[in-house]
Amino acid sequence: MREFGYQRAHDINGAVSLLAADPDARYLGGGTNLVDLMKTGVERPALLVDVRELPLDRVEPTADGGLRIGATVTNSDLAVHPEVRRNYPALTQALLAGASGQLRNMATVGGNLLQRTRCGYFTDLSQPCNKRAPGTGCPAVTGEHHNHAVLGASDHCVAVHPSDMGVALTAFDAVVSYESAEGPGEVPLSDFYLPVGDTPHRETALPAGALITHVTLPAAPVAARSRYRKVRERASYAFAIGSVAAALTVEDGRVREARLALGAVASRPWRARAAEAVLVGAPADGATFAAAADAELAAARPLPHNGYKVTLMRNLVVSVLTELAGEDAR
Amino acid sequence: MAPAPSSTSSAITLNINGEKHHLPIDHRTTLLDALRERLDLTGTKKGCDQGQCGACTVLVDQRRVVSCLSLAVAAEGREITTIEGVAEGDELHPVQQAFLDLDGYQCGYCTPGQICSAIAVIEEHAAGWPSAVTDDPGPDAGPPPLTPEEIRERMSGNLCRCGAYVSIVQAVARAAEERSAEERPAGEDAAEGHAAGKHTAEEAAA
Repeated sequence: MREFGYQRAHDINGAVSLLAADPDARYLGGGTNLVDLMKTGVERPALLVDVRELPLDRVEPTADGGLRIGATVTNSDLAVHPEVRRNYPALTQALLAGASGQLRNMATVGGNLLQRTRCGYFTDLSQPCNKRAPGTGCPAVTGEHHNHAVLGASDHCVAVHPSDMGVALTAFDAVVSYESAEGPGEVPLSDFYLPVGDTPHRETALPAGALITHVTLPAAPVAARSRYRKVRERASYAFAIGSVAAALTVEDGRVREARLALGAVASRPWRARAAEAVLVGAPADGATFAAAADAELAAARPLPHNGYKVTLMRNLVVSVLTELAGEDAR
Repeated sequence: MAPAPSSTSSAITLNINGEKHHLPIDHRTTLLDALRERLDLTGTKKGCDQGQCGACTVLVDQRRVVSCLSLAVAAEGREITTIEGVAEGDELHPVQQAFLDLDGYQCGYCTPGQICSAIAVIEEHAAGWPSAVTDDPGPDAGPPPLTPEEIRERMSGNLCRCGAYVSIVQAVARAAEERSAEERPAGEDAAEGHAAGKHTAEEAAA
């Protein structure tokens, strides 16, 4: 591991100016991903700016009935927050489906959004990888890709974003706030991750050196009846091979409002707007749910070894929506 | 005192099991390596060294974390508890005693991490935290029944290559029962006992 400096930040502007002064500096949150990547040499920062003592550890209600979540709130604390459990249950479920109790105690909201893909080629310095070393190629396209993307990928990179939390936040229209050397800014989570194209090394819309300060959830009554379901290769403590965050309101047998996002299928949490368009106003039944899933997955471009994900996601979407519609009818 | 940006090492003080340890440390040192290699606290074990096995689990500010992905320099100012610090003198922690009585191990290598994790699991549960397998009725419900399924999910960050899971689950269940019996003086009903447990755990986590 490369030697590095360490500073504990006590105010936001101080942290941001440290990053602005050194392009090789990185923010340190829980460290669950960054420290791991430093051990393998994927990340080689010259300076770590520890942000965990910044005053960003609160979950506060907003005037419009939503929630403002500080960037250093741990995954554990967010998962068990009463307002999250009550008003955005799919977010609690997504958080609790991720990692282990130990890692959830360390991991922060900001760090979770900025975690890197677990693609085996990305983390293996002996391999080419367009995300880690631009222009070197993507061995996953013809190699090991059974857990890689089926939506929104390109020939340059087929890696998936591993977050569970981000899938629920995407379904609920979360907005990311940041502070940068040029001042504060915000970007909807649905625009936070950049299209892959031929620049898979450019992952987010954050300006260089920017610090995520908050994630804001708008009020969303539909989210009170929501669900996150994750499919993985073992029962617990594994990344998703596919996941769904969904919320549904049914009135007189028809879908009045729907939110749907898919996980582990793309380089970002995937908001399923094509499916939502099919759902709204249609009868809340299996045929509608299947048509909605098909509308979203029509854009899928599976590789030789991950075609199962298209079938899996279709079944997962239909299953979760059917459950939610059943609960609403009770 | 904050080091100059160019410095790649710092003189730090770690508060471990109630005792202060002063040491110069290269920033690259994980909390796990500081405990084992610098402070001779070898009870905490190195398994995968990449956050996947839980053998290195310790408590930081009463929360369980993996020490292999924690930097020692970032742990300064926090209250660290390792397996060496969970007993009261010669009296084992109830979770340690339950692992002994119920054979919650075979080779023993993962055991310190399992025990530190279980101590925290029992507190998290008493505080009313749901898990991924809880059918969560909402934040006003008390702790869910601590079924074997709940224990397995909550302990899933601790791998045991010997496969002693059956006994581990039994040991955690027994220690949790003892804790809630302690919280519940004779005559008081179960619901109030749970509320008291929640209060204590929240204070501890604050």
